[in-house]
Amino acid sequence: MAVGVQVLPTREAVEARLRSGRADRLGALIQGLLLAALLIALGVLLVLLADVASRALPVFGERSAEFLSAPLSARPARAGIVQGLIGSLALMVFVVVLSLPLGIGAAVYLEEYARDTRATRLIRTNIRNLAGVPAIVYGLLGLALFVTLLGMGRTLVAGGLTLAVLVLPIVVITTSEALRAVPGSIREAAFGVGATRWETIRGHVLPYAAPGILTGTILSLGRAFGETAPLVMVGAVVGTFNGVDLGAMMTGSYTSLPTIVYNWSREPQDAFRALTSATIVVLLLVILLVNATAIFLRNRYDRRW
Amino acid sequence: MPEGSEAATLPTLDPSDVVFDLERLSCFYGSFRAVREISLQVPRNRITALIGPSGCGKSTLLRSFNRMNDLVEGAHIEGSVRYHGVDLYADGIDPVEVRRRIGMVFQKPNPFPKSIYDNVAFGPRVAGYRGDMAELVERSLRRAALWDEVKDKLRDPGTALSGGQQQRLCIARAIAVEPDVILMDEPCSALDPIATLKIEELMHELKENYTIVIVTHNMQQAARASDLTAFLTMGEDRAGHLVEMAPTEQLFTRPANALTESYITGRFG
Repeated sequence: MAVGVQVLPTREAVEARLRSGRADRLGALIQGLLLAALLIALGVLLVLLADVASRALPVFGERSAEFLSAPLSARPARAGIVQGLIGSLALMVFVVVLSLPLGIGAAVYLEEYARDTRATRLIRTNIRNLAGVPAIVYGLLGLALFVTLLGMGRTLVAGGLTLAVLVLPIVVITTSEALRAVPGSIREAAFGVGATRWETIRGHVLPYAAPGILTGTILSLGRAFGETAPLVMVGAVVGTFNGVDLGAMMTGSYTSLPTIVYNWSREPQDAFRALTSATIVVLLLVILLVNATAIFLRNRYDRRW
Repeated sequence: MPEGSEAATLPTLDPSDVVFDLERLSCFYGSFRAVREISLQVPRNRITALIGPSGCGKSTLLRSFNRMNDLVEGAHIEGSVRYHGVDLYADGIDPVEVRRRIGMVFQKPNPFPKSIYDNVAFGPRVAGYRGDMAELVERSLRRAALWDEVKDKLRDPGTALSGGQQQRLCIARAIAVEPDVILMDEPCSALDPIATLKIEELMHELKENYTIVIVTHNMQQAARASDLTAFLTMGEDRAGHLVEMAPTEQLFTRPANALTESYITGRFG
């Protein structure tokens, strides 16, 4: 086209141009591949779930709630998971009581108080790395520190402490992220009317970050609930118990749901296979409940700035 | 600029009328100097505007008036900022108390995501206000010309208001702690012309009781709303410095400095 000569577009020329869309074959192919990836990922999970559920169903059909309230036993027809439920819940209490205040406190210090120095950056990086350390390593740490060095023995306390240490970095990271999501302008607003640092944090930063903190920490609880490896290291067992109440478990042997799954899955009898599946279903339901709580809280208190 | 011309254009202030007295103030972020050796005086119960091109350090200068830059990692100053004769950066000065007396309104309205009432009441609460809080909230909202619009929805979130209302809420929040000075950092840059006009009228009423320092990139606003104007620009080193400060009308009609003249006539900036 010559410079300076304006060609007036005709209706036909414009329409021909606008209707000349080529078929986007590559785009369609990519879309198909992405869909396939989704279906495979979901499919594997669904098959797994269906398999577990179909094995578990007869157990719930025959025993119903009695399976939940019966103690462990070598005889599959009488074996239940009440110690596992109590043990897992008691372990969760330890995790909540220990890692929440410690983790949130550490994150508030790192984000709101600590100066941005080489040391704090090093600490931040290391906390991220700690969150990626395999759970079995925490089990070894628990064995060395709590069980042996501090002389707690293979007790529920040692197990709870080990799980608390395991989720601590996750709590710190999720809390840090929630705090960082509170805009700096809110802090300036509070400082601007003469609030101290703590008044700013207590009155504004923490409340606004609370939904994020809650979501993250509840999800980390779910993680702790499902952990098996570290507990095997620090003494969760399946065997003879002094009793089924919490007092007996605090002082003597203890167990947890994942530990029961691990042990029963190695039993030779077919009946234990079914019990294993039933325990897995209970475990999954509890984790689902925990995660649903997290999602509910996040949606309930989600904030727009 | 010939020495002394600046002094000649400024009215000599009675020492008791000087709210801020800056002497060779330089502000740094780490090793970067954002503001270079500014000396000026801000008088009581007047609106002082700081104008100048983007990046000339107006906001940094303003934030040095209430030690807001303390919150920025690596920020520090040289020279001095005297407030009613007291060096704000001397040892033992509590920056929290400084900010209680020298309030601030920010560029982007930043109400707390709480109720309108709680937005205004937060400052007095942390200051330990013992009086009738509802009355103080009403008085502050009235002074900020917002009461009539929000009196029936004090429990609604402050963030649900329009931009202009949010900014007046932020002004109400600032005056609720009964400060002596209000610093405004481009308070209208996010607002439409009508909301802007409302804020300007409000500033005019507020100067009866407060000393106001406003940063603006809008020269018409400085010309309309302020009593004194300081023009800043930056040199080769990118540090902002004061070119001249004069009564607003004089600065806009008979600027003493050629740089000021080319800026206000729109030749740069």
